[in-house]
Amino acid sequence: MENMVELTIDGIKTRVPEGTTVLEAARNIGIVIPTLCYHPGLTPYGACRVCLVEVVRGSSSRLEASCTLPAQNGMVVYTNSEKVQKIRKVVVELLLASCPNSKKLQDLAASLGINKVRFEIKDRNCILCGLCVRYCKEQMQSGGIGFVGRGTARRVGTAFDVTPEECRNCGGCEWICPVCERACTAGNLVNGLCGGCQNLMPVETCLICIKCSESVGPKGHKTFW
Amino acid sequence: MQGGQGKMVRLKSRDELEQLRKEAKQKRAAFEFMVAVGCEHGAERVSAVFKEELQRRGLSKRIALKTTGCHGFCECGPLVVLHPEKILYVRVKPDDVPEIVEKSLIGKEVVERLLYVDPATGKKIMREDDVPFYKKQMRLVLGNNGLIDPTEIEDYIAIGGYSALAKALFEITPEQIIDEVKRSGLRGRGGAGFPTGRKWEACRNAPAPDGVRYVICNADEGDPGAYMDRSLLEGNPHSVIEGMIIGAFAIGAHQGFVYVRHEYPLAVKNLGIALEQARQYGLLGKDILGSGFDFDIEICRGGGAFVCGESTALIASLEGKIGEPRPKHIHTTTSGLHGKPTNLNNVETWANVPLIINRGADWYSKIGTATSKGTKIFSLVGKVNNTGLVEVPMGITLREIVYGIGGGLRDGKRLKAVQTGGPSGGCIPASLLDTQVDFEKLTEIGSMMGSGGMIVMDEDTCMVDLARYFVKFLTEESCGKCTPCREGLDRMLDILTRIVEGKGRDGDIELLEELGVVLKEASLCGLGKTAANPVLSTIRYFRDEYEAHIKDKRCPAGVCRALITFSIDEEKCTGCGACAKACPQNAITGAKKQPHKIDTDKCIKCGICRTVCKFDAIKVV
Repeated sequence: MENMVELTIDGIKTRVPEGTTVLEAARNIGIVIPTLCYHPGLTPYGACRVCLVEVVRGSSSRLEASCTLPAQNGMVVYTNSEKVQKIRKVVVELLLASCPNSKKLQDLAASLGINKVRFEIKDRNCILCGLCVRYCKEQMQSGGIGFVGRGTARRVGTAFDVTPEECRNCGGCEWICPVCERACTAGNLVNGLCGGCQNLMPVETCLICIKCSESVGPKGHKTFW
Repeated sequence: MQGGQGKMVRLKSRDELEQLRKEAKQKRAAFEFMVAVGCEHGAERVSAVFKEELQRRGLSKRIALKTTGCHGFCECGPLVVLHPEKILYVRVKPDDVPEIVEKSLIGKEVVERLLYVDPATGKKIMREDDVPFYKKQMRLVLGNNGLIDPTEIEDYIAIGGYSALAKALFEITPEQIIDEVKRSGLRGRGGAGFPTGRKWEACRNAPAPDGVRYVICNADEGDPGAYMDRSLLEGNPHSVIEGMIIGAFAIGAHQGFVYVRHEYPLAVKNLGIALEQARQYGLLGKDILGSGFDFDIEICRGGGAFVCGESTALIASLEGKIGEPRPKHIHTTTSGLHGKPTNLNNVETWANVPLIINRGADWYSKIGTATSKGTKIFSLVGKVNNTGLVEVPMGITLREIVYGIGGGLRDGKRLKAVQTGGPSGGCIPASLLDTQVDFEKLTEIGSMMGSGGMIVMDEDTCMVDLARYFVKFLTEESCGKCTPCREGLDRMLDILTRIVEGKGRDGDIELLEELGVVLKEASLCGLGKTAANPVLSTIRYFRDEYEAHIKDKRCPAGVCRALITFSIDEEKCTGCGACAKACPQNAITGAKKQPHKIDTDKCIKCGICRTVCKFDAIKVV
């Protein structure tokens, strides 16, 4: 029998096998924590910081990315506290400002109630979530693409910018990309936001619904996690 | 292979080490004088002339010449110290050497003109120990830099080197070593201040099925203006090596790494020589001093990424991966390099270990404050009179460092703030100058200990511009993995840039504060979590300056070019024409001996006129 740990998420006590992340533990009991750089088939990366949760220890608390946080005995976690909401909104706002054309991001922004992007739009068309890099390496055993540069100069690329032998043109990187996957087609952005989906359909449903209608496109239905 | 004139002997026991120490001491004692020439900046040339001069006069047998590492007193380098009297000569040029040899070494005179002049009293000071800069320090770790040639292991052994190692190997158990380090209260000198003994214990107790554990020395010192670790590695590499061997023995590691910046060529070189010599003397490798303990150290050169000073990024880089941090829910002491228990400490931390083992935890823990023990080396730079490396006991006040040791500010200017902790540290205003320097107190007032950078700023420093400088540095040095650090810093830089350009908007300060909190709370690693400190601390203590930039479009310190204009005070101007000649834009006109005028349309605000004006007639508003 595996070792089990008991933790409290949003007031609900739950027992999970040791080694389970807080994100998985929360989803097990139906609590939705929004994510961007997380994928169940890939190693958690902890980069986008959208899945932040508040971990309370005694009188103090701190924010941790739930996708990389192992559940521990007696842990008390809040997934949507005021502090989490406040910080998460700014994180998504920052991402939106550098990648406004991702439908996934726009939907997330709408679901979080972001009504303005206060930063200048610098469209880099990538949120550097690293899903493609990890997919290429872990699922395709290729490692053809990786991160190049650091800071704001960081980008996804190949060694010396030539197509490497390792690349089999599988297209997995495009398939898993939250930006390539479905571009936001709303056209003119107001305050960096499209708001189209927010008006057309309840985004909260979209986030967890498997059959979220026309915008899914030729790739078929898929969940957001 | 450099250095090592004597025959290399592999020491097989503690007795042989002690025998060698005796011989090395006698060898040093046989000299009447020792000339210690130190300083990165030009000491080599001075030393070469000394060598020539001593040889020419046939004095090489009577007088020992040591080219040492950094003594710390950068302001006055290159330094020459004549032992045993410890006569200090400052700013020595190669041409001065014959006179020193003639007067001070052959004769018994002092070369007056090369003595240090105390700016406070105007008096000349002869002995090194009496110079205020040294007098008020407590140079436990750094002091030996001035006594030894770093490329000579026997120098280090002669002054007591590797005796702590012998004690650790033969007198006490690994558990006792860890207990001693724990009781000493030593905390990591790299910045975070984690108790070293506890880290060692965690690493020793972590399960290692194959028995492999590693120790790492973090010498990836990247803070602008900080060079404590470099000086230690350059000037006394054996103290670091000895600390690492003791640590490895206590933890049960057999392989160590020093991750050092590639941009520190002399540190890499001296460390390489030291490692080679330690191996030849049987202090590294198999069966160290006949104790049966095996340990060796490898040098890894970093590629110059600031973030690789972060422990998990450093380990990733050592493994050959991209140097970016990972979440630390599983400590490196449990799973670090190649998934093995790994203990990582900073250069200065390792250099403290031999001291603690030799002199005991009780002695060590008497130095410092309740929570921060021992000494800390700071690199004191900026607008202070005596720039250099200073080693002070924890708990000393900033005032004592800046005025007591640093000799106050240059040109009689007023102190505005002291920035501690490197680029992610904070600015401490002059009003808090009596704050004691320890880990907790500095954090409390919005700064941090960091690895020991200390920048002194006078009234001519614009705090917004300063915050912008540090944020720019961090934006470029962020690894770019997590959103708050990569995007947040970039946006902070945008906002700060528009403020210094006079385009600041209402609400910018609040937005900066909000971003600061996001960085602090949501970033993945220590770099991001502390990156907002320079902004948050300057807003906290100098909010009015931010407001002046945004609301009044004015830079109170007269720094931000977009917000200042240059003009000439007609009453002070004598019409000498110096400024008109110097102006690259030909923006200054006027008749001879008549007050001149600046054409503000042509003026590019370079400030050259202000520098050349002898009458203080250039006004900046």
